[in-house]
Amino acid sequence: MSGLEQFRDRNVSQNYYKVKIEPYPKSGWEKFKRVVKRSLKLELFVGLKITLLEMIRFNIHTIQYPKEKLPIAPRYRAVHKLLRLLESGNERCIGCGLCEKICIANCIRIDTKVDEFGRKVPTEYTINFGRCIFCGYCAEVCPELAIVHGPDYENASEQRAHFALKEDMLTPLDKLKEQKEFPGFGAPTPAADRLIKKTPLAY
Amino acid sequence: MDSAFVIETIIKILIVLGLFSALAGFGTYVERKVLAFMQRRLGPMHVGPYGLLQVLADGIKLFTKEDFIPQGAVRPIFMIAPVITAATAFIAMAAIPMFPEFTIKGYTVKPIISDINVGLLFVLGVMATGLYGPLLAGMASQNKWSILGAARTAIQFLSYEVVTGLSVLAPVMIVGSLSLIDFNNYQAGGVSEWLIWKQPLAFVLFLIAGFAETNRTPFDLLEHEAEVISGYATEYSGMRWGMFFIGEYANMFTLGFLASLIFLGGFNDLWFIPGAIAILMKVFFIFFFFLWTRASWPHVRPDQLMWLCWKVLMPLGVINVVITGIVMMF
Repeated sequence: MSGLEQFRDRNVSQNYYKVKIEPYPKSGWEKFKRVVKRSLKLELFVGLKITLLEMIRFNIHTIQYPKEKLPIAPRYRAVHKLLRLLESGNERCIGCGLCEKICIANCIRIDTKVDEFGRKVPTEYTINFGRCIFCGYCAEVCPELAIVHGPDYENASEQRAHFALKEDMLTPLDKLKEQKEFPGFGAPTPAADRLIKKTPLAY
Repeated sequence: MDSAFVIETIIKILIVLGLFSALAGFGTYVERKVLAFMQRRLGPMHVGPYGLLQVLADGIKLFTKEDFIPQGAVRPIFMIAPVITAATAFIAMAAIPMFPEFTIKGYTVKPIISDINVGLLFVLGVMATGLYGPLLAGMASQNKWSILGAARTAIQFLSYEVVTGLSVLAPVMIVGSLSLIDFNNYQAGGVSEWLIWKQPLAFVLFLIAGFAETNRTPFDLLEHEAEVISGYATEYSGMRWGMFFIGEYANMFTLGFLASLIFLGGFNDLWFIPGAIAILMKVFFIFFFFLWTRASWPHVRPDQLMWLCWKVLMPLGVINVVITGIVMMF
């Protein structure tokens, strides 16, 4: 069998476990024999044993959600965060508007101004979470790692807008010490250095 | 009839009513916990320590829920049907001796509300009357799921009544009495005197029929969610539904007491264990067995249920009675 044939045949050649099904009883006598055989095997008590053993082992799999939480993947895409520069505390966002342009749900809106040093800074940065589909394009496209996806998935509130304004997403200045270089969606992967070195310079 | 007897009986009635209503509530808690542990879950955990107050929360919810009667339902029958279930379940307990006699300040108390000499017949008869609860509820509800549930109730309860009767007939022949106290006294000689050793087949038949009559898992076709929503109880809510529930759990306890008294030595002292504690242990083991099977075994189909009743259990019951008779004759 050639490689291509094997590839095309992959769905039927998997190692399925086939259950052995005995031929169905035809006459009444055969049916009776099957009933007697099944009854004498005491299959019912095997079932009882399994459940009792599970109860005695007490191997509980429940996670009591509000008290305990499952760890989520670092690249989980939940409600966005706007980050600051770690040393100066300045906002990372340079108001380039790439996220606004790439957003396929059209839910990001930025207002910018030129500040007293001649830099462009965003005055407003809002995300309409009624429309956001959490695709992560904004975090992917951001050249400054300013907009990222945070890990906070518990966004129950009276209004979705409670998470969406600039001051809600931006790291507060006094919490700057706690801001971590974000490992999640939009951040460079840990192997970024190696991958960049391998990129050919000439196209 | 002296007044002391009347007061004593009223106190006993109140204790049985209150205790078994509370036990029905506690039974739901135990059921959820046992099922959860067997399925690697924790069960109720949030209301009170280890979820113990969940029963109370459920009670408050049941009592304060709207008592809803559908427009097309037959009002009086719809309203009275759950009462029949609960009432028959509690009336059946009147003839069951729960504990051995004990003395308070020189006054001997018999823990049985009414010591009638046909106790077993009375208990089984009243439990069988409980059939009318689900039947009338389903027929009065003006709902197709309910009527299907009611039809299943009728065939299931009537069929398994036969098996129950035949299975206890053999022990009755051996003991020669229908009084449950006589049954208890017959087995006073210790574990080797238990009727389960003389009548193992009758015990198995009685237990299987008991599962069917209390509507427990291998045979809980009356309110099988996947097929008939909630069967006869589809249109019920609030405390009326709660009364069906209390009736079902009270029946489970009644059956536990019956099985312990008839087959498992009743309230006689067991080695060093006093009789009252011995019978409680037996009843709670049978209750646990109900929950255990619910976690382990799947349902049967209605046609399999009927097949099992009329083609397997009833012939076995008749053969058991005949063999017992022949052995007693010689």
